[in-house]
Amino acid sequence: MTDPTLYAVTGAALVGIGFYGLLSARHLLRRVIAFNVIGSGLFVFFGAAGARGETVDPVPQALIITGIVVALSASALAVGLIAAQARARARATLPDEDRGGDA
Amino acid sequence: MTLLLDVTLCAFVLGIALAAVAGHGVFRAVVFFIVYGLLLSVAWVRLDAVNVALAEAAIGGGLTGVLLLTTYGKLARDGAEAGAMGGGFNLPVGLICAGLSGALVWAWFALPLPDAPGPQTAEALPRAGAGNPVTAVLLNFRAWDTLLESVVLLTALIGVWILGRDEDWHARLGLPQHSRPGGVMAGFGRVLPPVGFLVGVYLVYVGADHPGGAFQGGTVLAAVGLVAALAGQIRPPRISDWQWRAALVVGPLVFITSGLAGAMFFGGFLTLPADIAAGAIFAIEAALAVSIAVTLALLVIGPPQAGHRA
Amino acid sequence: MPIPDHATLATYATYAFTGVGLFFFIAGTVGILRFPDVFSRLHALTKADNLGLGFITLGVAFQADTWRDIAVLALIWALALVAAGTVSQLIARDALAERDGR
Repeated sequence: MTDPTLYAVTGAALVGIGFYGLLSARHLLRRVIAFNVIGSGLFVFFGAAGARGETVDPVPQALIITGIVVALSASALAVGLIAAQARARARATLPDEDRGGDA
Repeated sequence: MTLLLDVTLCAFVLGIALAAVAGHGVFRAVVFFIVYGLLLSVAWVRLDAVNVALAEAAIGGGLTGVLLLTTYGKLARDGAEAGAMGGGFNLPVGLICAGLSGALVWAWFALPLPDAPGPQTAEALPRAGAGNPVTAVLLNFRAWDTLLESVVLLTALIGVWILGRDEDWHARLGLPQHSRPGGVMAGFGRVLPPVGFLVGVYLVYVGADHPGGAFQGGTVLAAVGLVAALAGQIRPPRISDWQWRAALVVGPLVFITSGLAGAMFFGGFLTLPADIAAGAIFAIEAALAVSIAVTLALLVIGPPQAGHRA
Repeated sequence: MPIPDHATLATYATYAFTGVGLFFFIAGTVGILRFPDVFSRLHALTKADNLGLGFITLGVAFQADTWRDIAVLALIWALALVAAGTVSQLIARDALAERDGR
């Protein structure tokens, strides 16, 4: 058993990194990746909170598993939307952010 | 010594997340994201959460990575590939995000330390019907969340189907796949499915008392189906194929039925009395694993596309 | 010097084999970074990395409690081998087609 504070800090940093990616990326796939990084960072933070007592708490773990599956569903839907948009406009960026090229 | 391991692991996780989010090139970002998922599952093992590690490796790293890679291929096919890298480091946004991380760290130190994990959980676990506490929580104590989650999966699948073209609605799902007969992919598609099927079913079965469970096993089964489809061994279904639709809904249906039975006979929706809990959990998990496997595989395969050989 | 007992012998064996596996992984990584083209990098990736995985599996097997655990470890290594072999073949074939201009 390890001290979970290190992992909590990592999770917090991951949330920050993910939000930076979400706000500053123009290519839509990068936004899906950033969204997943935010989600997994939050899960690590939550899981570290559950590992703080003497015995590990199973309720956060169950909720995190649920969260992972729901994040996958959201990513699948997002990725379907991106593919449909690319089919219609041959572009992987949103119309008002289009500057020819990705970030 | 273990502190060194943890520090190295966290440093790698952060570095790879940075590369995935802000690196050059979208394809490289996707590959780094897959590596990130795998490293994160090692971190979950360090946090004493083996069930979550299995789920993260299979779903977070594996399936999400496959989803992103296939979409990258579709974008390239439609001529929407990435161009040159644009813009440098965005300082205001960077500061806001650093502030967000700092707020979370502050919240961590301000949180009160819990006593032994929920005394009610600890004393109810022996009556739950499963030796694995996470399975007990997922399928008994918080079964409501799991039921809704299985329905969310189904809803996402319907959303993905709607995103195909109108005229393709009756075609088979996904892009047509083929492999060289006698080639490596065809051989792989024959060798892997039996072993993978065994591993997946075992993960579902053993999840009652050891790390595993319906989600982890279902994902392995979905992956096996995807490999077989990629090798051209099985053809993806049409939306109108009723057997596949039945497989999609059998999980949520069994779950809802058990919940209604609980409401009628045992005093509450999704209540499981201690003597039948083990059997009920096993039945629900089996049905759920089938639905999860089919739903996840079809989520990755995508909307119906024209071009199949019929 | 008396022969050390089984547990210490097992620990030494684990250290030795894991060390050899680590060496192969480092060699494979250096190869991926320094080799000039796709095909030689695939050599480094498949051969060195899988051999390294095999040695690490062998080292970990000395810490296993039952024969069943060792069988599961062997299955893991076999599956990793099959997957890596297939994927490297497919990548190589694709790179060959791209180089010859399809």
